[in-house]
Amino acid sequence: MSARTEPRIVRYFLISIALAFFGLFIVLPLICVFHNAFAKGWVFYLKTLEQPDALAAMKMTLIAAAVAVPLNLIFGVAASWAIAKFEFKGKGLLLSLIDLPLSVSPVIAGLIFILLFGAQGFLGPWLIAHNIRIIFAMPGIILATIFVTFPMVARELIPVMKSQGNEEEEAAITLGASGWKTFWMISVPNIRWGILYGIILCNARAMGEFGAVSVVSGHIRGLTNTLPLHVEILYNEYQSAAAFATASVLALLAIITLIAKSAVEATIRQGQRQ
Amino acid sequence: MRIRRLFIFVMTFVLGVALIAPAMAEGKVTLLNVSYDPTREFYQGFNKAFCDHWLKETGTTVEVNQSHGGSGKQARAVIDGLEADVVTLALAYDIDAIAQKTSLIPKDWQARLAYNSAPYTSTIVFLVRKGNPKNIKDWDDLVKPGVAVITPNPKTSGGARWNYLAAWGYALKKWNNDDNKAREFVTALFKNVPVLDSGARGSTTTFVERKIGDVLIAWENEAYLVVKQLAQGEYEIVTPSLSILAEPSIALVDGNVDRHATRKVAQAYLEYLYSPEGQEIAAKNYYRPRLKAVADKYVSQFQKVELITIDEVFGGWQKAQKTHFADQGTFDQIYQVN
Repeated sequence: MSARTEPRIVRYFLISIALAFFGLFIVLPLICVFHNAFAKGWVFYLKTLEQPDALAAMKMTLIAAAVAVPLNLIFGVAASWAIAKFEFKGKGLLLSLIDLPLSVSPVIAGLIFILLFGAQGFLGPWLIAHNIRIIFAMPGIILATIFVTFPMVARELIPVMKSQGNEEEEAAITLGASGWKTFWMISVPNIRWGILYGIILCNARAMGEFGAVSVVSGHIRGLTNTLPLHVEILYNEYQSAAAFATASVLALLAIITLIAKSAVEATIRQGQRQ
Repeated sequence: MRIRRLFIFVMTFVLGVALIAPAMAEGKVTLLNVSYDPTREFYQGFNKAFCDHWLKETGTTVEVNQSHGGSGKQARAVIDGLEADVVTLALAYDIDAIAQKTSLIPKDWQARLAYNSAPYTSTIVFLVRKGNPKNIKDWDDLVKPGVAVITPNPKTSGGARWNYLAAWGYALKKWNNDDNKAREFVTALFKNVPVLDSGARGSTTTFVERKIGDVLIAWENEAYLVVKQLAQGEYEIVTPSLSILAEPSIALVDGNVDRHATRKVAQAYLEYLYSPEGQEIAAKNYYRPRLKAVADKYVSQFQKVELITIDEVFGGWQKAQKTHFADQGTFDQIYQVN
């Protein structure tokens, strides 16, 4: 209590600014989404989500996330393991490259794939000759999703692994365990909460990505639309209530993600106290 | 050990999805129609009619997939490899772009179907709020100070290019073909534009749902859709004294239909647009039909208006595009001034 040296009025003023800002920019829009989603009632809400195009968009979103998240998990564990536990040349460069997808705009991420795989692009003619579709089809959407979620797992794991140091692994190897066994028995169990946390964040971004996916999707209804793109289409077709109903599914997903995230954080804190 | 098993399970799942998913998409005859923004409702109805017609004629089931967006953006996607069987875009220039940049469509595509490959036409009108509070009657009222005009970006939107040229054409006529006067007029008009959306549909949403602006320059069909179906009684259509004959063009994408083996059904799809049934659906969606019998039936639906054509006044799309919308064309110069 003694730390409070500011006059009461200053404290209340600052707190009310923070609360007003929070309410205006986070709570109010969220309430709006759900209010508009149920503007035409429960029956309409469920009907919207049962539309074939909506179901196809959900399927596409789930597939993209189901491929992107495990691949990023494998990459993230491997990269953070290498970066945290070993010394090698080019480590700084690898670290900055991992961050690249976070720093470039998603539009550029999408255009990169058009330049690479588009009909006029670098690999385009070869792909067309072999009848392989990458962009404006599912593989393109998956690639774009992987690109934008690339750093999510690695970024979570590197600090966790660094803070744990190498002592346990060194002990295991001294006692005769192989590198592989050390990895599975010592390293992975130590970072399991970090992995879970990374997966949750990665999944949230994978399902919510709009910009990069929009560039490579081709917007074919029922085939290459994801949930965020479907929301835009519905809105543009003057179906506001349906658009917000679909948006509420995404918002709900975000809320579940946040709850899962806090649960993981609480578990980690408990583990540290013991 | 448990973690390792989980790992193997996840990997199997990923591989399974990656292998099975593309296979599931194969199966029946599908067409992809890459179209522009305001045709969503029209092609929803038309596709259903065509599928029934094709099933009756040939006994095969066909499914038509749709992709919509700004006309220029959609052409770009086809150039970059979006595998359209047919394109139904807002103007001939965008199909020309595909023919020039790829070998998918032959250069003489426009002569292959009747009426310059434009089975229906439209024009450009104004949409104003109920009671016309700013008293907008003609193009002159759009350049008055304090009138907020909504129109999309001519760089990406086909409709916006028609809007721009209609305004230009009106000014040319008013000042006896004085290009400088026309340019001043269009500059003044764009000073009144607060938002440039990338497609016609985005502009309509800005005007109708976000309630921005006093007047929307829009496709006639889009304006009717708003007035008759979306917001009855809240908006009014104002037809200016002069407008432009907008010919949204269609084409078969030869390179793609040959690879998909869909040439026959794609060609039939385009021809069905010219049939009495197709023309009727177009008219019901407020496009001006070409077929006389259908046009006569719906004659009361459309206001009479003096229409200039792109060929007469601007020397065709190639020239208009170069003068007005290419890099450093009049639009770039005008919009920099703002």
